[in-house]
Amino acid sequence: MSAAARRALLALAVTGVTAWVLAPIVLIALASFTTRSQLYAWPRSVIPDPWSVETLRFFLQAQGVLQATWHSLVVAILTIALAIVIGAPAGYALSRFRFAGREAFRLAILGTKMFPATILAVPLAVSFIQWGLYDTLLGVAFVHTALALPFAIIITTSVFVGVPFELEEAAMTLGCGRLQAFLRVALPIALPGLAAAAIFTFVLSWNEVFAATILTLRTRTLPALVMNAVGSAGAPADFRFAAGFFMIVPALIIIMVIRRYLLTLWGVTVR
Amino acid sequence: MASIRMERLRKVFGKVVAVADVSLEIADGEFMVLLGPSGCGKTTMLRCLAGLERPDGGRVFIGDRDVTDAPPAARGIAMVFQSYAVFPHMTVRDNIAFGLRMRGVPPDEVRRRVQDGAALLQIDQLLDRYPAQLSGGQRQRVAVARAIVMQPQVLLMDEPLSNLDALLRLQMRAELKRLHEEVRSTTVYVTHDQVEALSLGQRIAVIRGGGVVQCDTPARVYDAPANRFVGGFIGSPPMNFLDATLRRDGASAAVEVQGARIALPRVPQATDGSVVVGIRPEHIAVQPAPSPDGVRARVVVLEPLGPQTLLTVRAGTETLKVTAPVEFHAEPGAEVWLRFDPARIRLMDARTGDALGG
Repeated sequence: MSAAARRALLALAVTGVTAWVLAPIVLIALASFTTRSQLYAWPRSVIPDPWSVETLRFFLQAQGVLQATWHSLVVAILTIALAIVIGAPAGYALSRFRFAGREAFRLAILGTKMFPATILAVPLAVSFIQWGLYDTLLGVAFVHTALALPFAIIITTSVFVGVPFELEEAAMTLGCGRLQAFLRVALPIALPGLAAAAIFTFVLSWNEVFAATILTLRTRTLPALVMNAVGSAGAPADFRFAAGFFMIVPALIIIMVIRRYLLTLWGVTVR
Repeated sequence: MASIRMERLRKVFGKVVAVADVSLEIADGEFMVLLGPSGCGKTTMLRCLAGLERPDGGRVFIGDRDVTDAPPAARGIAMVFQSYAVFPHMTVRDNIAFGLRMRGVPPDEVRRRVQDGAALLQIDQLLDRYPAQLSGGQRQRVAVARAIVMQPQVLLMDEPLSNLDALLRLQMRAELKRLHEEVRSTTVYVTHDQVEALSLGQRIAVIRGGGVVQCDTPARVYDAPANRFVGGFIGSPPMNFLDATLRRDGASAAVEVQGARIALPRVPQATDGSVVVGIRPEHIAVQPAPSPDGVRARVVVLEPLGPQTLLTVRAGTETLKVTAPVEFHAEPGAEVWLRFDPARIRLMDARTGDALGG
């Protein structure tokens, strides 16, 4: 195959994959700015005319939406706090200490990701009811932490590997104990990397729908609410489009903002 | 300021013995250099002194206090690392003040000492910069300033000049020497560069394979190396070694080197027979004409080095380095005769390589 033909094929493949990913997002976004009457019209132009926030406003004023958004935010913040408080020391330990079973431990952390959440659903709900965590934001946060920890620990481990241990040794010769050297030298230097881990965790928690749906009844997070509204209550099309768009926007913004930073974090700088 | 004593210090990494039962004493205010090739254990020794490695045997005393089990913070030391280890998230001022603030020194005192330390290292213009904005040499000065403002009992330096370019290394060497003369702290300095060792040390401990081979003043290490290794390691170009035969005759003695007979100024304490003659390149005179005490050699290469000329000659099966005056000229392949300064010959045991007494 000639070089030109290969390039053309590559371009085609890239366009195809990009379209596959972007098309639904673009369609949902456009639909969210279309008035309801226009949405149900046939034939319907893809581009809204006129642009209107009526649909979005309908969604936001629907029952429980703003409160669910607040719940999602609270759960995300709790998850970030737990993931960092557990994940940062874990990452530090994995990066600094050589202990028996270290590799097994690392694989086990990753292994939790391979476990299908559906199998856990009923036992988890039962346990949560017994512990009084059912239908609480804290309960959801615990599950989200468990889901986020593997990624958080991978990131924090590589972050602390990138902090030279010599800096902590220098701090120790200057009067710090082990813990102080960690708090005053390693942690501040690791902060940007920990921020990246926190952002990852936020996106993961914000978008998580399964555990949130199973484990809550009235104190719902936004994805759980929308799931219920769309699935059980049969919400109309305009509600769905607006909900989809509203839920995607925070993740999109965050990922676009930290994209360059993320890729540099992993050693490849992409312009 | 304090003296240091290592008693039978031992450190093992797996199967490798990095420090082999070393005992060494360093006097109060002394500048001791630990010199040796890569992997000889000198950095491990320093880290044991610092408390960054726990020894597997032996004890460490700083100022008569047993600090073997004490953490680095409790030893009264300050250390300058090879990579400087300057904190990248703090300004130069905060870096220098770090140790003082950890010790709870009052802020006025901190400010004064940081200013004095920075002035001493000539970095007082850089106090508000971040390490990323500094050159390597400047970062190195920050690391040194950070250590000396602590007014430590013991100052430890791990090859602080090895990451600098040649000219800067020269300047910083003089600076460190001046600093030591002003501050007079007990300093232990690790390096693999023998020029640094000769220039800076009041005493040099030559280390090989985890043990101290010779510990002496630079002059004695240079003129009277304890064995073949020290003679070949110190001095650039290194000492030459030739096989020879020792013949003693009552009150006189001579060595025979490839047919040349060189009278020795003293009768050495050794048995007649095979020896190794150690002679430095600058103690060999090159002559175009033969003489009974001249070793015949053939010129291989002539390198004009500026202040002198470095000759590589071949005498029998041995290749020697000889420094000659700039005016000296010879074609490659020419025959010359080498006359050794008898007072500067260092005899070594042919089997063990140790220097022969007398």
